[in-house]
Amino acid sequence: MAEPETSPPPRTDRSPWNWLLVIPILVPLLTPLYNFESPRLWGFPAFYWIQFLFILLGVVTTSIVYQMTKKRRSS
Amino acid sequence: MSEHITEIIVFALLFLLVSGMGFVAARWRAPKDMAHLDEWGLGGRSFGGWITWFLVGGDLYTAYTFVAVPALMFGAGAAGFFAVPYTIVIYPLFFLILIRLWSVSHRHGFVTPADFVRRRFDSPTLALLVAITGIVATMPYIALQLIGIEAVLKTMGMTGESLLARHAPIIIAFAILAAYTYQSGLRAPALIAFVKDTLIYIVILVAVIYLPYKLGGWGSIFDDAQAKFDASPAPGDGLTLNANNQLQYVTLALGSALALFLYPHSITGVLASKNRNVIKRNMSALPAYSFLLGLLALLGFAAISAGVKPLPGAREGTVDSNTVVPLLFDQQFPSWFAGIAFAAIGIGALVPAAIMSIAAANLFTRNIYKEYIRKDATHAQEAGVAKIVSLVVKVGAVACIIFLDPQFSIDLQLIGGVIILQTAPAVALGLFTRWMHRGALIAGWVAGMGLGFWMLWNIANPATKRAHFGGSAFALEKFGFDTTKTIYVGFVAVAVNLLIAVVVTLILRAMKTPDGVDGTEPDDYYADEGDPRLEAERKSPDELASST
Repeated sequence: MAEPETSPPPRTDRSPWNWLLVIPILVPLLTPLYNFESPRLWGFPAFYWIQFLFILLGVVTTSIVYQMTKKRRSS
Repeated sequence: MSEHITEIIVFALLFLLVSGMGFVAARWRAPKDMAHLDEWGLGGRSFGGWITWFLVGGDLYTAYTFVAVPALMFGAGAAGFFAVPYTIVIYPLFFLILIRLWSVSHRHGFVTPADFVRRRFDSPTLALLVAITGIVATMPYIALQLIGIEAVLKTMGMTGESLLARHAPIIIAFAILAAYTYQSGLRAPALIAFVKDTLIYIVILVAVIYLPYKLGGWGSIFDDAQAKFDASPAPGDGLTLNANNQLQYVTLALGSALALFLYPHSITGVLASKNRNVIKRNMSALPAYSFLLGLLALLGFAAISAGVKPLPGAREGTVDSNTVVPLLFDQQFPSWFAGIAFAAIGIGALVPAAIMSIAAANLFTRNIYKEYIRKDATHAQEAGVAKIVSLVVKVGAVACIIFLDPQFSIDLQLIGGVIILQTAPAVALGLFTRWMHRGALIAGWVAGMGLGFWMLWNIANPATKRAHFGGSAFALEKFGFDTTKTIYVGFVAVAVNLLIAVVVTLILRAMKTPDGVDGTEPDDYYADEGDPRLEAERKSPDELASST
């Protein structure tokens, strides 16, 4: 997945922050983390509210990476 | 029909409103020259944050999703909730991968993923395969949008005796859709998406507050669903997953996410945005729709609790489970509100259907017409061909629904998800590396396609008494494994595709087979709006005009 052919690149969007995005890709796919009924929250079994929580996880991680890797407009 | 008259009036009024907007859209953010594929097919590549949010949201979360996901929850429980992890996983993937496609497309003026493959791997054949895969996968997806509308029409009692009477409303709706898409291109769905999504948000938020209030709270709704699944003899259902369908759940979520971002219509939506920041920002805002989809999925349980009985299906003795959510609204809400909900679903079908037909038209124009039929086509000719193809595609979709069993479209859509995944090595990995040989990518595509079809053919569904194409969950024991676990077909097929591509690459490299010339530079994958190098190298004046 790397780009070995790059001669010194004038531009890149490589950033260690991008690794943070592995979290929202992996975590929702680990069923043992959420595949149970209790505890319930407002009547929602754990299976459901935990996955709703993962949406928030996705939003937070993507927002952080966006803020940290944002191109500053050169004037 | 008479007891549904309020619903029908509200539905028709909202439908007329968006149709008007569809035609006016041609003048919205009016281009200097509409006779250019960048304008008609990509909205001038100029959409900012808000428009992109509504457009891509309206594009990815289709009417079919809105009726089929709750229907799946209604029937199988937890397994239907895969839609939530699926739509969480997709955005980081967009953020990391599709952004590179935007940059390289911006730099080189690509309109379709096949354009990129053509230049990157110097192979018209591989590009043609990618284009055909995209068109074939998209067609049944458009037909499914019609199934979404039909579920609503059926609930409103608009079912005639003859073939023509039963389908008249859909034919009219699609004729109007075809007319304004022809005229306004991608601007039409972009403008209509504002109305569609606003309606959907209102409807769902009201529903998730009002329904539990009426049905005794979410706790009791989940208990009712639990009771239904406990009583049913089916082994796979329940409020949580069991030991056998967890692998299926995960691979389906991941496979669907990978497939969705390869679908031509999602790529069209992304390429229409004006710069990299718009895309990145949207990837953290689009999950708002996932939240909505999760809530909507749970309406499947609300329907169980409310005792909804789905309407009969097209064939004797079957039920049309897609009518579950429309019936829920019909029975639990005042008719004017049900009318708004139905309009939200109906209009929800138009936005993706328009974008899909535009995406398919772009593929045909750029990768078949310009590549093989008329190499020296001008921009105006390209736009003209694309407009006509978009009409043909819609006529085809309507014909599918009228003349074929709707189940056939659902089967095709199932296959569509599996086959579009087979373009992943060329399109997605191709954005990062050119290590794989063009010949090997073709070999991998063939292998993945073959295996995918074979697996789908061998999936039986005892519930619907079908021997073939019964679903996407493949029993691993058919591969000779001693297990009762199931896995998503597309996932296995693309893994084999990739394996073959790697092995054949090694062979072709050893044989020193010519590999063509890469027409892109590493730097292109980071290009952004207002790039001085890009502006200086713009080839023609109208490309300059469209970038401003």
